[in-house]
Amino acid sequence: MQDQLLTLLGIVIKIVIIVLPLLLSVAYITFAERKVISYMQGRIGPNRVGLRGLGQPFADILKLITKELIFPTTSNRYLFILGPILTLAPALAGWAVVPFAKNWVLANVNAGILYIFALSSLGIYGILIAGWASNSKYSFFGALRSAAQMVSYEIAMGFTFVGVLLATNSLNLSDIVLKQSGGIWHWYWLPLLPLFMVYWVAGVAETNRAPFDVAEGESEIVAGFHVEYSGMMFALFFLAEYANMILISGIASIVFLGGWLSPFDGIPGLSALFAWVPGIVWFLLKISFFMFLYFWMRATFPRYRYDQIMHLGWKVLIPVTLVWLVVVALAVQFKIGPWFS
Amino acid sequence: MMKKPVKQIIQSFTLWELLKGLALTLKYFFKRKTTLQYPEEETPVSPRMRGALALRRYPNGEASNGEPSQGEERCIACRLCEAVCPALAITMDAQEREDGSRRTTRFDIDAFKCINCGFCEEACPVDAIVLTPEVHYTLERGTNILTKEKLLAIGEMYEKRLAKDREKDAPYR
Repeated sequence: MQDQLLTLLGIVIKIVIIVLPLLLSVAYITFAERKVISYMQGRIGPNRVGLRGLGQPFADILKLITKELIFPTTSNRYLFILGPILTLAPALAGWAVVPFAKNWVLANVNAGILYIFALSSLGIYGILIAGWASNSKYSFFGALRSAAQMVSYEIAMGFTFVGVLLATNSLNLSDIVLKQSGGIWHWYWLPLLPLFMVYWVAGVAETNRAPFDVAEGESEIVAGFHVEYSGMMFALFFLAEYANMILISGIASIVFLGGWLSPFDGIPGLSALFAWVPGIVWFLLKISFFMFLYFWMRATFPRYRYDQIMHLGWKVLIPVTLVWLVVVALAVQFKIGPWFS
Repeated sequence: MMKKPVKQIIQSFTLWELLKGLALTLKYFFKRKTTLQYPEEETPVSPRMRGALALRRYPNGEASNGEPSQGEERCIACRLCEAVCPALAITMDAQEREDGSRRTTRFDIDAFKCINCGFCEEACPVDAIVLTPEVHYTLERGTNILTKEKLLAIGEMYEKRLAKDREKDAPYR
């Protein structure tokens, strides 16, 4: 009995160690996003609260906490509350299998990629339920669009994972990283470049971010599925969106950019010079790169029209992945290059 | 404009145009920002800025009550400003003063009617009524009638700047 309690306590502590920094980083990623986007638009962004605006995220959080929760009279109250919870839970649960460095992982599941894929698909239910329960036209349209978009892009994303599976022979995220060891040219971004691109585009679409943010599309449907949400319940959606973004970035860096591996491995001189840097630093740097890419794309690209999204998803991304799957399969069969020998 | 299909395919699969867009935003990321941080910084104001109204005095000379510090008021009650005012904001009465000169006894401007067009300033033959470059002022209901005393007080407050601005603008008048 006592042993079981201790194990439970250990797991809870581990969860807190992962989730707390995650939530903190979400707060500061919203700040970073505002800064990056305003810099790209020739503005300087928030700089009033605290030192150089660093208190801004906490001011925002405080505002959201103190706001009133409004339940529309025509809404379905239970589903209305369930929506944000169902969105946030998978976004946080996905982090259980992410290896931050060698052996730094909460649950070393053998089917790690499958687990992540399943959970990221679950997130759609929260959005769908939220849109339905609000009983508002805008929310309903947002939910419909979001559902259609996620269904079509999940297929392309699933196929990219098939390609990774072919290349690594494993679904365990730590194994996938270890298979890429040996230097920057051993990482899978090179042999799986089209899959990498497809994964990234599908990932951006999956998280409902610009240029695929039709589910929110503020110019036509106000705020999409979360129009009717206020205060903390809106904050939960916000939190889930950013946690999902970090998760997608994390998976991208694990699968295609060698996770915690140093980019200087295998380069004589440099590899010894940077040997002291802990793996998690490289991992976080890679995640930061992808987050910057998110903001960068948001500041650059206009939103896709709905039919363009469907065209891209079904007629471009899926054929590209299918073709490249064949190429990868052949490369593995004939043991080509430094990657599959 | 039709592109050659091969060229089109190569362009779209290398994400050429997307990368061009990204390069542009990245360039702006490192450029100088144009934000003006308002309460601390302000935009430069033209000497022709048409802000709050004021009545000016001559720089020296004695006032009617003999005080040396106050210059003689410029306004000679010619009523040109009253005539030109498109919003009918100016109301004025005039009388002969003890020393025989023609002066206003009443010079009211309804700031709510005034549209800051500056016609009165253009019409004035003695540069008496002017628009100061000051824009940081508020007028509430009840304080919207600017009397002669108030206008002269505003003029005294901004006299240095007004004189300088007029000097700067003189070559173009």
